[in-house]
Amino acid sequence: MHTTETPQSKTAPTGQNAKPTVIDEHIIEIVSDSGEGAQTAGQAFGTISARMGNGIWTVEIIPAEIEPPPRTSSGASGIRIRLGSNQITNMGNEADIIVAFNEQALLGREETGNLKKGATIILENRWKDHTNNVIREQYAEVMEHLLAEGYNVIEIPMEEETLKIVKNPRRGKNMFVLGMLSYIYSRDMELAREQIRFAFRKKGEKVIAPNLQLLEAGYNWAKNNLDFQYEITSPPISKPMVVTNGNVAIGMGIMASGMEVCAMYPITPATSASHYLSEVFENAGGMVHQAEDELAACAFAIGASYAGKCAVTITSGPGMALKTELLGLASMAEIPLVLVDVQRGGPSTGLPTKVEQGDLLSAMFNSPGDNPKVVLAPSTIEDCFYSMITARKIAETFRIPVLVLSDANLATGQQPYPRPEFKEEWVAPPYDQNPVPEGTIPYDWDEKTGLSKRIIPGQPGGLFRVTGLAHTRDGHVAYGAGVNQEGCDKRSLKIATFQKTLKTPRVYGPEEGDLLLVGWGSTRGAIEEAVDKARKEGLTVSSLHLKFLMPMASGIGEILKKFKKVITVEINFSDNPEREMITEENRRYSNLAWLLRARYLVDVDSFSNVHGQPLKPSAILEMTRRELKKLN
Amino acid sequence: MFGVSIDNLLNLDQKYYQMDDYQSDIPRWCPGCGDNGILTATQRLLREEQIAPEKTVFVSGIGCSSRFPHYMNTYGFHSLHGRALPIAEGVKIRRPDLHVFVNMGDGDCFSIGAAHWIHALRYNMNMVAMVHDNNIYGLTKKQASPTTPKGLKSNTTPRGAVLEPLNPLVTTLAVSNVSFVANVVEWIPDLLFDVIKKAFHHKGFSFIRILQRCPHFTPHVFDPIMNEPDRLRLLTHDDGMVIPDAIKKIYKNVETHDPSNIHKAREYASDTETIPIGILFRDESVPTYDDIRKPTKPNTPSVINEALQREFDKFGIKPKND
Ligand SMILES: Cc1ncc(C[n+]2csc(CCOP(=O)(O)OP(=O)(O)O)c2C)c(N)n1
Ligand code: SF4
Ligand SMILES: [Mg+2]
Repeated sequence: MHTTETPQSKTAPTGQNAKPTVIDEHIIEIVSDSGEGAQTAGQAFGTISARMGNGIWTVEIIPAEIEPPPRTSSGASGIRIRLGSNQITNMGNEADIIVAFNEQALLGREETGNLKKGATIILENRWKDHTNNVIREQYAEVMEHLLAEGYNVIEIPMEEETLKIVKNPRRGKNMFVLGMLSYIYSRDMELAREQIRFAFRKKGEKVIAPNLQLLEAGYNWAKNNLDFQYEITSPPISKPMVVTNGNVAIGMGIMASGMEVCAMYPITPATSASHYLSEVFENAGGMVHQAEDELAACAFAIGASYAGKCAVTITSGPGMALKTELLGLASMAEIPLVLVDVQRGGPSTGLPTKVEQGDLLSAMFNSPGDNPKVVLAPSTIEDCFYSMITARKIAETFRIPVLVLSDANLATGQQPYPRPEFKEEWVAPPYDQNPVPEGTIPYDWDEKTGLSKRIIPGQPGGLFRVTGLAHTRDGHVAYGAGVNQEGCDKRSLKIATFQKTLKTPRVYGPEEGDLLLVGWGSTRGAIEEAVDKARKEGLTVSSLHLKFLMPMASGIGEILKKFKKVITVEINFSDNPEREMITEENRRYSNLAWLLRARYLVDVDSFSNVHGQPLKPSAILEMTRRELKKLN
Repeated sequence: MFGVSIDNLLNLDQKYYQMDDYQSDIPRWCPGCGDNGILTATQRLLREEQIAPEKTVFVSGIGCSSRFPHYMNTYGFHSLHGRALPIAEGVKIRRPDLHVFVNMGDGDCFSIGAAHWIHALRYNMNMVAMVHDNNIYGLTKKQASPTTPKGLKSNTTPRGAVLEPLNPLVTTLAVSNVSFVANVVEWIPDLLFDVIKKAFHHKGFSFIRILQRCPHFTPHVFDPIMNEPDRLRLLTHDDGMVIPDAIKKIYKNVETHDPSNIHKAREYASDTETIPIGILFRDESVPTYDDIRKPTKPNTPSVINEALQREFDKFGIKPKND
């Protein structure tokens, strides 16, 4: 850290601007009560930094309620921004600097271990001399705790300064903070101004002007009063990039895929993808339909797919649960469908705003009977974009539902990635309305592949009936005994056929060794960062990240067998094997571990939790050290 | 239609369709089942209107009545219990060129699919929905449905149904955007045919509740109205359905009702003693969801590319010396 750590808070250090300290990366958090705009400021700060060429990852800290009680540790709303000279792939470990609008929100982050030892805390000081003595006491108590813990606390009159410019400090403090951070991290102020103009473009000059003033005020205040400043250098940007969160990337990917109907029912954390699409999809000839419930949303998408281009439905775990009967229908009737599940914490309503990867098994097996579908999981924001194009293609080629598993971490995380270059082949071709050749039947399953060509209403000569009942090749309800066996065989064959097109995933690190960490979805960045650090320590650990979960590519079994120990790293539940009641005969593994054990007959362990937090590289690193110690 | 090559939309083939052309599998309903009459009336309509089979989709749920699409030689979608309406909406949303019909049972529409029923009325999409209301669950072998009369014995109500039945007409007429509501019995084929025809020509969501006999499980449920023809109130109007004289001879309770009068429609619907037959309500001016949501742009690669570039610009970072 930059300053000597004295167990005293600094009200206003006299700012004598030395040269900025050059650093490689930093983690910054801004926390406030809900509605104070911490996230807007943080996203703007992230974007400005990305535009300056820094690697960034932002993750929102979201309370479960819209307006939780103010000044509570559980109601903290905010954002974390991780900045670096190079590419950043995950939210990192503990924060270096936290800006807090009140001490209780701050405490919420401190208590949950999100602050580095000796971290700099920039704290709103208006509570210190508040007229309400309860608040004064709370503040004093927290201050005492923070100083005892050795944090570098700087108390700042944010509200007082903000009130010089606007009447309502709740609508202004955030931009003052953006200004302060812009000074602290030597941001390009012209970019910052541009960002403010962009963020408030719909609100007009009346709102833009005071916010620009606040930005300058924050910047100048920091310049005059703080005795530290940083610089995070970055290589110049060589090619055009875009910065979005995962849900926006999904929305863009849907547009790019040529799908034209998205049916949904609101559910956190999936909804923002539909919000985004509702705004822009019509420009690409598409539409978002908000249905009366998830059953209707899925049914609507199936109806649209059946009569035209493949459609998409977006939801989260509880919504997917409601859609299961319809997914079975799409599988049985071989109607293409893309379902996006932006996973959140379960079970039941669970942790609506928090991250979890708990839906993998339910995505695969969620409908009665055998109902093959393809399940894939993007692992980066960029991957969210391209996964939608891939999913649409698979769904149409194989006449099968494709489930895309994103999660709350990807949904709100922002990351820069190369600006996609449009390709016409992304877009679904116009659907066939030509007469079908005589003798064509709707389920003309190929003996080898299980594939058959889809007939679309409107095609002369193609008349047939779709049914969710067991049916013959010509679509008739099956009464004979062998028919269901044949239908199930052929639908399952499509999975095998598709599997033949998959490439074996690459091992990150050497292809054999002591320990292999296997992950899927949003944990990729954290796992690979931990592997890098561990290898620098001389530990023989590698990792493998799976994009396709159903089916899995060939060659994975061989990879697993080249390591002494295999552990899946996941954000979902598994039993703690140390518990007295837990034995190998009753232990319940994490989702992917179940699958790997069942398919490859290898002993796979689970490292997983359901704290509702993205996994930290440090936690994975510690586990790696521990496990390797046990092995050697 | 966007996304469809135009040359395929022209139907050059001027074939004249016969009844046979609309018949598919031989129905497997019980002898005397009222569903047969509904099937015949529908096939008659298609023939009379000379509707191309490939331009027609019948969507159904699950139940005896939902076997309907299998017996129509058109496109058909025999879906899930309760979900026929949202599937039909999905079919229609981007295919205004297709004629969409929905066939549901009383359990299908008024019970497990009740949410979709209310919202289908609100969406007011251009399609014909027929509820085959036999006052019972047929396919699952005689359980009480929402319209089962109080006291009727079924396998789940062995001492008689305990609740007052739901009145689907009153419910329907209470929903905003409702645009066409008719009630009819399948045992007067000419009226049934006429109602379906009027529904077909209505622009919007045409809801038809059809009282349907199930000789297998509820052979006597309609006895009271069948034995007393005056308990049917036939609604006639120049602007609605005109009741033919031959029918008036048997059913003497005929009243003039202007189908634009929703208050009167609600009054008739609430009368459980006398069952209204014909068009209760019709309003052509209600906008349809398919029209409201009509695409303003085709979803072609060039349009998509243009939209995407705008988005990439919005979120874009340019190289420093650009
Ligand atoms: C989700 C689901 N629940 C229950 C059933 C069983 N089921 C099939 S048809 C039916 C009721 C049929 O009654 P109705 O809708 O009135 O049609 P009908 O057979 O009388 O024409 C039921 C409960 C099912 N197929 N799916
Ligand atoms: S059980 Fe009733 S409704 Fe079903 S086919 Fe037989 S008569 Fe018709
Ligand atoms: Mg019934």
